[in-house]
This record gives sequence, C-alpha cells and structure tokens, in this order.
Amino acid sequence: MSSEHPHRRSGPHGPAIETAGLVKTFGDNRAVDGVDLTVPAGTVYGLLGPNGAGKTTTVKMLATLLRPDGGEAHVFGHDVVREADAVRARVSLTGQYASVDEDLTGTENLVLLARLTGHGRKAARTRAEQLLTAFGLSEAAGRQVKNYSGGMRRRIDIAASILNTPDLLFLDEPTTGLDPRSRNQVWDIVRAVVAQGTTVLLTTQYLDEADQLASRIAVIDRGRVIAEGTKGELKASVGAGAVHVRLRDADRREEAARLLRLTLDTQVQLEPDPVALTARVGDGGSPGGEAAAEKASRALAELARAGITVDNFALGQPSLDEVFLALTDQPLTTPAALTEPAGTAAAGTGADAGRTEAEATR
Amino acid sequence: MSTTTPTETQDLAPVRAESLAELLVSTERPRRPSALSTSLTFGWRAVLKIKHVPEQLFDVTAFPVMMVLMYTYLFGGALAGSPREYIQYLLPGILVMSVVMITMYTGVSVNTDIEKGVFDRFRSLPIWRPSAMVGYLLGDALRYAMASAVMLAVGLVLGFRPDSAVGVLLGVVLLLVFSFAFSWVWTMFGLLLRTEKSVMGVSMMMLFPLTFLSDIFVEPETMPGWLQAFVNNNPITHLASAVRGLMDGARPSAEIAWTLGWAGVLVAVFGPVTMRLYSRK
Repeated sequence: MSSEHPHRRSGPHGPAIETAGLVKTFGDNRAVDGVDLTVPAGTVYGLLGPNGAGKTTTVKMLATLLRPDGGEAHVFGHDVVREADAVRARVSLTGQYASVDEDLTGTENLVLLARLTGHGRKAARTRAEQLLTAFGLSEAAGRQVKNYSGGMRRRIDIAASILNTPDLLFLDEPTTGLDPRSRNQVWDIVRAVVAQGTTVLLTTQYLDEADQLASRIAVIDRGRVIAEGTKGELKASVGAGAVHVRLRDADRREEAARLLRLTLDTQVQLEPDPVALTARVGDGGSPGGEAAAEKASRALAELARAGITVDNFALGQPSLDEVFLALTDQPLTTPAALTEPAGTAAAGTGADAGRTEAEATR
Repeated sequence: MSTTTPTETQDLAPVRAESLAELLVSTERPRRPSALSTSLTFGWRAVLKIKHVPEQLFDVTAFPVMMVLMYTYLFGGALAGSPREYIQYLLPGILVMSVVMITMYTGVSVNTDIEKGVFDRFRSLPIWRPSAMVGYLLGDALRYAMASAVMLAVGLVLGFRPDSAVGVLLGVVLLLVFSFAFSWVWTMFGLLLRTEKSVMGVSMMMLFPLTFLSDIFVEPETMPGWLQAFVNNNPITHLASAVRGLMDGARPSAEIAWTLGWAGVLVAVFGPVTMRLYSRK
C-alpha cells in the first residue's frame, strides 16, 4: 500500500504482469508462441512489433478477452483464467479501434461506463463531466462519437479507460493513424496517467513511441519475444540512430556506401530509391565515445571531401525495419509500408485486427 | 503540451494534466454494481440508441399497422363474414405475430454491434456477464410494448372490442415475457452467424412457419390432421390462444402455463448457449 494513493490496492509489490510460456493458436497459426513477460508495476512497458506479431492477441489474453491455449499469465498476482473477475477489477483496455459506442454522445458513453463500474446516477454524471473537462472535450460532450475527429476519439477512449482508475491500463496501438500533433497529445495523457501510479502496457509499431514513453521494451515478432530490456539496453544493441542520405548522382552510391562503412564502421543499407542509403550509427557506449550526431557529421564531411554531392540527409531514430535487421539479421517479412510512421500504417493495421478477430471467432 | 505542428484542422482544447491527476487520485473505487443495476444500465444504452436513431422505430409502428390492416381486410370477408367480425378473432393473434416477428431484429443488432470495439470494453468489465445481452432484451421489450400499443389502437378503431382493459394488459405482459425469452434464440444466432444477412435469413426461415402454422389466422380444426399435430403443439399457438383468451375475458390457464413453460425452456437452453458464445467471441 502506497501512502500517496491510498485507494490503490498495489498488492505485495509484485510485478503488474507476469507471463510464462503464453501461447494462443488460431488454427495452424501460432499467433502467440511462448511469450514470457515481466512488467514491473508503476511503469510504462512497451510491446514493440510489426502487424501480426501477436501484440493484440497477447493484450487480449491479459485483459481476459481471450483464453490462452498454453502457459500462464498473472495480473497483480491473479490468474487471468481462473480469477478473471479479479483481473477485470484492476485493468482497463483501450483497443486498437474506438472502444466506445459510436452511436452515443461523449457524455452518454462516460456515464454508461461510470454506471457499469458502480457509480451512482449523480456520481456518474459528475465523473463524466470532470473527465470531459480534463480531456478538453467539454464542447463535444453532446455530440455522437461517430462525429469526432481521430484525436478526439482517442481522447474519449482513454477517458473511458481511466474512468475507474485502473491499476493497469492496456493501450493497444494508441496513436496508429493519428497525425503528429494528436499523437503528442496522447503521449502527454499517457505520461499524466502513469504519473499517478497506473501501470501501462503499450503496444506499438513505432520505436519512436516506445522510446518516448516506455521504460522497458519487449520486441515481439511472430508470436515470440526476440529482445527485451530497458531502452538503453535495446538501443545499445540496435544503435542510437540512422543517417539517411540522398545523393544527387545515383552512379556514386557504391562509392558513398564504401566511405560511410569506413568512417562509421557499421552496416550500410542501400534503399530501393537508387540515390538513397542508410547507415546505422551507434551511440558510443563508452564515456570517450562519439555521439551519434558527431559521427554522422564526420561521415558527411568525408563524403564532401570525396566530391560526392549530398542532396539531403537526416539523422533519425532507427525504424522498426532497422531494429529488426539489427536484432534478427534479416529484414521484416511484412511489407515495408507498414512500418512507416503514422498515416500510411492505418490500412495495414486494419488487416491485422481483421485477421485476429476473424480467427478468434472460430 | 506540444503545439508546434498545426496539422489538425480541428483545434482541440488542451488536456489538463492537473485536473486529470486530481481525477485519478481523488476517487474511491465504488463497489461492484449488482446484476440488476448493470442490466438496467445496458437497457438504458438501448433506449439511447433509439433516441439517436428514431427511424429504427419503423418496424414497431408502421409495420404492425400494415399487418393489422392487410390481414383484416384480406381475410375478413372470406373467413368470418366481415372484417369487423374477423378482427375480434384476429387482433390478439396478429399482435402476437407482429411482435414475435420483430424479435428477430435483436439478433441483427447483436450481430452488428458485437464486432465493434466497445464490446471488448464491456467484456473486460467486472460485471455480471449476461447483463449486456439482458440490456438488449430490456430495450427491445420497450419496443414491443410500443408495437402492442400501436396495434391495439388501430384494432380499436377498426372495431376490436376486448372484454376488459385488465385482460388486454395481462395479454400484452404475457406476450412481452414470451418475446423476452424467445429473443435468446436470436441473440444466439446473432453471435453464431457471421453476417447480418444470414441472421435475417435464418430468422425468416424459422419465423414464417412458426407464425403461419399456428391458430393466428384460422382455427386449427379446418386443417389436415398432420398439420393440426404441429399447430396444436406450436408455442406460438399456445401464446396466441392465451392472449386471445385473456383479452376475451376468459381464463386460459392451461395455455398460459404452456406459454410460460416454453418461455422457461427457451431461456434455459438458449441463454447459456448465448453466454458461451459471448464469452468466446
């Protein structure tokens, strides 16, 4: 029991989530194939992986919506199958799509959920109003949710999820399909929620997002955890960033690649675009080591010295593609488009969830 | 709060982190609500849906009026000498038929609703599991009551003269009870079948023989023996006879008992099957 949050039943300081060999199969497809996770209470834990990796299926099992076919999972010490109701009392879920009723207004949705979580008629209305105000949705309170913008939907969704002050909040791809600004706003909300002591399990396709929010990250692919650790550990294995370079002259790309490989002492990837290449840069773990930006500028200087014109360059976080390349030494099997930042990914996500649902009904 | 990229055309008010923090800290978690309370809350949800899309009341207003008018004037002269005489026999039956036919929309709405994300939320709440389904049926009971009122009003205009208001009321209550029980068949199909169309198809295939092969239009005595065997054991026949008896001032205890018995069996069989499917969805 923490003295700051007397209403929270924090339990015997155990982890919020503990799974061992968790398995879920849909027909021949082992959607989740032996997942071991330990999520410390009070933190944001990122589950990073491409579409169809098994993220949503894992979350659904932990939220008692799907029965595992093998292995065990405990949430705050409660078995997700045998003590499902005890788990439900502690968790809340924001699914990939609006988990609110689109036909109802914002107020009606929140009052409905407040009533279902045991608030009295008046208390439910008050709580709904407070939440709508806190989430900046007062003006839209009387409108049906189907008329909300993407960012507003996410807000009402998260508002509904924290209505009963959950100890553990599942956020399944909370920013997929959102524009950058709405995404930042969702991140701010998540930070505010975590600051109050709620544990968050976040699934995402973006390394960037996991990096912004999570303290520990598990990388998941084809139903298995292929890497797990703190952000620092994961980055050390992947490299802090990547230099994306576009040349004016496609003929000189081989030469540029050789130069970059020499200066940066790392792998260089030739992009589908004949003038583009990408090099991973490490963050130089040792105190005397160079920072990624320093290395990158040195590499660019080398290119200039060799007389290779650079049209454009960017130093960025490694993409999910690059993470997978680094972790598995093989590129992602899913189409590259799915790993692009928000926007382009929406269609791919739909297909993913469609598959999960279609298979779940069998 | 980051406001550096003004890409979203619709400007949202900022999230207030402080008030958010207050909300998360200050509240005691309320006690787990009762099964009755959650069922009624889901019933309220159904009523809200009617409020937002009132067009969906078409099936409980225009459709029943059409049924009464059509069958009264189509068969009245041939079967009972005149529409006015026929409606005395027909109205309770056509009331049963219309309401029982409307029950199939429960399956359709369950089917279209269940795929939506909000059900994941409902199913992850620590509440009495069947309450979401019971809520649908409660909302529908309200619709059936409306349909009954509309048809009785039209019937009275056309010359239907029940024995007493109490009898009419009891008849409607019995009809609502049976419809509530019968709807569990549709909730099951709503969860079992993949598309709205298939739910409609299956419902129609069951409803047509059930309602037509009953004593709603004509007395079973005129039918061939093998058909009588079916008609006399059809739950809809029991229900129609009971409602007709009640509205006519009789005490059809046997028919009422049969109707309630069928209602019990329907809930006992299709309730658990529905809940099994609901949990596995």
